[in-house]
Amino acid sequence: MNRNLILGALLSALFLAAALVSFVWTPFDHTVMDIPAKLQRPDGVHWLGTDQYGRDIFSMIMVGARTSIAVALVAVGIGMALGVPLGLTAAALRGSFLDELIMRGNDLVFAFPSLVIAILITAVFGAGAVNAIIAIGIFNIPVFARITRGAALSLWEREFIMAARVAGKSAARISAEHILPNVTNLLIVQGTIQFSLGILAEAGLSYVGLGAQPPTPSWGRMLADAQTLVAIAPHLALIPGLAIILTVLGLNLMGDGLRDHLDPRLRVSRA
Amino acid sequence: MHHFTRLALASALAISAGTGAALAQGEITVAIQLEPPHLDPTSAAAGAIDSVVYANIFEGLTRFASDGSIIPGLAESWEISEDGTTYTFTLHDGVMFHDGTTMDAEDVKFSLDRARAEDSTNAQKALFAGIQSVDVVDPTTVKVTLGAPDGSFLFNMAWGDAVIVAPESIENIKSTPIGTGAFKFVNWTQGDSVVMEKNPDYWGTPAKLDKATIKFISDPTAAFAAVMAEDIDAFAGFPAPENLPQFEADPRFQVLNGSTEGETILAMNNKAAPFDNVKVREAVSHAIDRQAIIDGAMFGLGTPIGTHFAPHNPAYVDLTGMSNYDPEKAKALLAEAGLADGFETTLHLPPPSYARRGGEIIAAQLAAVGITAEIINVEWAQWLESVFRGKDFGLTIVSHTEPMDINIYARPDYYFQYDSKAFQDLMTKLNGTTDTEGRTAILQEAQEMIAGDYVNAYLFELAFTTVAKAGIQGLWVNAPTQATDLTGVSWAD
Amino acid sequence: MLRYSLKRLLSLLISLAVASVVIFLVIEVAPGDPAAIMLGINAQPDTLASLRAELGLDVPKWERYLNWVGGMVQGDFGTSYTYRTPVADMIAARMQVSLPLALYALTLSTLIAFPAGIYAAARRGRGGDMAVMGATQLGVAVPNFWFAMMLVLLFAINLRWFGAGGFPGWDKGLWAGLHALTLPAIALALPQAAILARVMRSALIDILGEDFMRTARAKGLTRRQALWRHGVRNALIPVLTIIGLQFSFLLAGSIIIEQVFYLPGLGRLVFQAISARDLIVVESVVMLLVFAVITVNFLVDIAYALVDPRLRSRT
Repeated sequence: MNRNLILGALLSALFLAAALVSFVWTPFDHTVMDIPAKLQRPDGVHWLGTDQYGRDIFSMIMVGARTSIAVALVAVGIGMALGVPLGLTAAALRGSFLDELIMRGNDLVFAFPSLVIAILITAVFGAGAVNAIIAIGIFNIPVFARITRGAALSLWEREFIMAARVAGKSAARISAEHILPNVTNLLIVQGTIQFSLGILAEAGLSYVGLGAQPPTPSWGRMLADAQTLVAIAPHLALIPGLAIILTVLGLNLMGDGLRDHLDPRLRVSRA
Repeated sequence: MHHFTRLALASALAISAGTGAALAQGEITVAIQLEPPHLDPTSAAAGAIDSVVYANIFEGLTRFASDGSIIPGLAESWEISEDGTTYTFTLHDGVMFHDGTTMDAEDVKFSLDRARAEDSTNAQKALFAGIQSVDVVDPTTVKVTLGAPDGSFLFNMAWGDAVIVAPESIENIKSTPIGTGAFKFVNWTQGDSVVMEKNPDYWGTPAKLDKATIKFISDPTAAFAAVMAEDIDAFAGFPAPENLPQFEADPRFQVLNGSTEGETILAMNNKAAPFDNVKVREAVSHAIDRQAIIDGAMFGLGTPIGTHFAPHNPAYVDLTGMSNYDPEKAKALLAEAGLADGFETTLHLPPPSYARRGGEIIAAQLAAVGITAEIINVEWAQWLESVFRGKDFGLTIVSHTEPMDINIYARPDYYFQYDSKAFQDLMTKLNGTTDTEGRTAILQEAQEMIAGDYVNAYLFELAFTTVAKAGIQGLWVNAPTQATDLTGVSWAD
Repeated sequence: MLRYSLKRLLSLLISLAVASVVIFLVIEVAPGDPAAIMLGINAQPDTLASLRAELGLDVPKWERYLNWVGGMVQGDFGTSYTYRTPVADMIAARMQVSLPLALYALTLSTLIAFPAGIYAAARRGRGGDMAVMGATQLGVAVPNFWFAMMLVLLFAINLRWFGAGGFPGWDKGLWAGLHALTLPAIALALPQAAILARVMRSALIDILGEDFMRTARAKGLTRRQALWRHGVRNALIPVLTIIGLQFSFLLAGSIIIEQVFYLPGLGRLVFQAISARDLIVVESVVMLLVFAVITVNFLVDIAYALVDPRLRSRT
């Protein structure tokens, strides 16, 4: 176990716990407004103060963690569910027309300015968490397809795969039974990184008003709302910002730590 | 005119009568929130166009004064025939366009004929619908014949959509506006600003400033920072009311709190269930706490209204009591309507902060009486498509910034779909009434009728705030129309 | 090599064609009639019809697609619906902000990342490396728009060292322009610098293990001399690749930052055009950005193939 992994896992667990606990308990109802009690600084009652409508920020951060994690997790899920089979197929049929098609398709998706496309998607289909998930998810597909193909290509050259081929197993079976288990570690590491990128992307989309819609709290939208108030109530901008930074930091550290932990070859080369 | 077409609430800076003020500085930079798409006020609805060019670059036969009254513009005087159908305008002599060509009766005929032509792209073509013919009598006299008497004709001619343009310069008007105003267009850096300079050959009282820049800052934070950092001299229609206390406390700045013609309403789809039931509409009206919305969304700025009428108008009746905040009554009314368990609906919110912030608060207030309003944030494009034209909505929040627009309730196909024969008859009666007292009585009856039918939930009259450096004089406080009239603005010694 | 290049060129052209169809379709299904938006709610049906005809919106969709693509091939991007000026001119004007901003941010990020990456590689595993790596972890975790807000709060509102945003135009002088772009460039550069520093470090560490580095040391160069003379030069290939990719990202990705600092750049143009349903502007700008990225990828592939012949046979 290394320090990165422990610190990263702790930070990630903290926000995951906040998100889970928020289903059963928050200090206040995050939707209840109390306009006379607006913009209060953190104190014993409201641990992180209140927002411009007098809602409890601590509760909003807890529920906001839920939004961020849900959006990012599903988006990564979409990317994996579609990207990994594509990558495996491309590697199994390496050099074929289909491989070329998949890889060019990947390049094409990569070539689109992701934020502009995300804005377009939400402009066409309406703003909201589901469309944010789709917009982020689409750009995760080529990431997983490419990394899976890359790792699988080198596996196809290995002796144990050769042996399986000689034994008469089909390319599809080899991909599922031998290639996939051997790229899992890599996918976990990449998944963690994409998860953290997904949280950043969700924050960005919500910030421009295209993520989860009110009254569902979202860290990005809390920042957008705080923007004009930053001079009179800096905590409105600082707290959600720190929540994003700590979560992303935690996931990145965990990803790095996992890579070192799961892939001894890398650990040696980095030590 | 809706708020979205007159989006950038521009300040109109006064045409001050004072003349003796020496110029401490000859330049000014005024910011407004929205950038115009182009600079031709006669072929688009974007209010931001008027915010730049109205009175500064372009002028019409008549114009709006700071108090919203109609005063002579390029027309020095006019005569109205006995039957009210012929207007004979006498134009100022020696008026020149900025390109040196003369402004005469031919230009007036050209402008009005262009606006009402078959292929016209004028956004307010209805303003010119009553015109039957425009005839040039002599270079400074033009006769306009109407199909029927129209008490609002001079009012119509004051709109930015009715300014006088020249056939010589019409081709490039969108990028190089050539008008008759006290300021000449210099250049437009798209995405940033429009620069104007004093017109030395102006026919009337010349501008006091040598140069004026109108800058576009859409983001409220950037607006705050730009004023604080003194990047700009004034911000007309300041978009972040939460920051005003800081400016009020700072001796470097002055804050002008004014009113607009913008009735901000929670509109209900009167033809769609359950809002086709007056009890439900009444329940919604009682579920809403106007003061909380004004405090929470507008940081205290705005006057509560109980009907679709501007409170500063002499004919206004305060009907807020008919829809006072009473959640218990709202619940009782819902129960009477057979909706004791509440219902679900949609709340479409266009981009301005009064709608987005107000909508969040209203959704919470409605939730308290059992109504679940799903918030749908939309761009104006989507709002126009789905709400205004498609009528596919339950609730929406819009500020109606057209002056004297209660007559929209007489249009059954208007987006909130109020269809009342009694109200339509009342408006017909209003059109045929010319004496002030009679009109006032009808207008008050109309206000009471729509309040009693709970057509929409009436929230507040939108405020208009200008933040300026302390030394600037001649600023208009209110916004009776969209304009940033800089012709009378100057710096104190 | 020629055959490989031609093959890649063909796939580049196919990608562009596919991209143009995708962009056109996505944008065309977007609800909202540009003419209706321009004329507002008091517009009459005949007025709308004449404006639609004037904008060329009354012809079938496939014909509009062909007109658009045909025009672009000849460098004509069409005429903006709302601004009524050639889209190519608008893009050129916005490029005067976006391009220098991207270059400025890239320069800053390189200036930070190079020393940081080299330093960390040289002190691999020691305190200095840990500190740099920790800082880069933080750098990639900070949302750039949040960082931008903090920069405005500190340097524009409190210290008043910089304007809060806006762009005076290059005609006000180079200094005024750069001054206005400084805070946005910093906000954009920070996460990029963090990524670049990590790439630099790991590239150097890989190279330090290569045989030729041992040879260099054996020839009597100190560790530091070897690092500078051979290591950095050889690490430049992966680093320059990342810089190339970051450049096209910065060009397209500054949209939020341009919004925070109200800079009249390309990203903001797209944002405004989307809300005004100025479809032709959106289509053309997105297409241009896609073209930029695909072309950069193509050039990188060709350059790699020149350096490493093995790649040619693999694809």
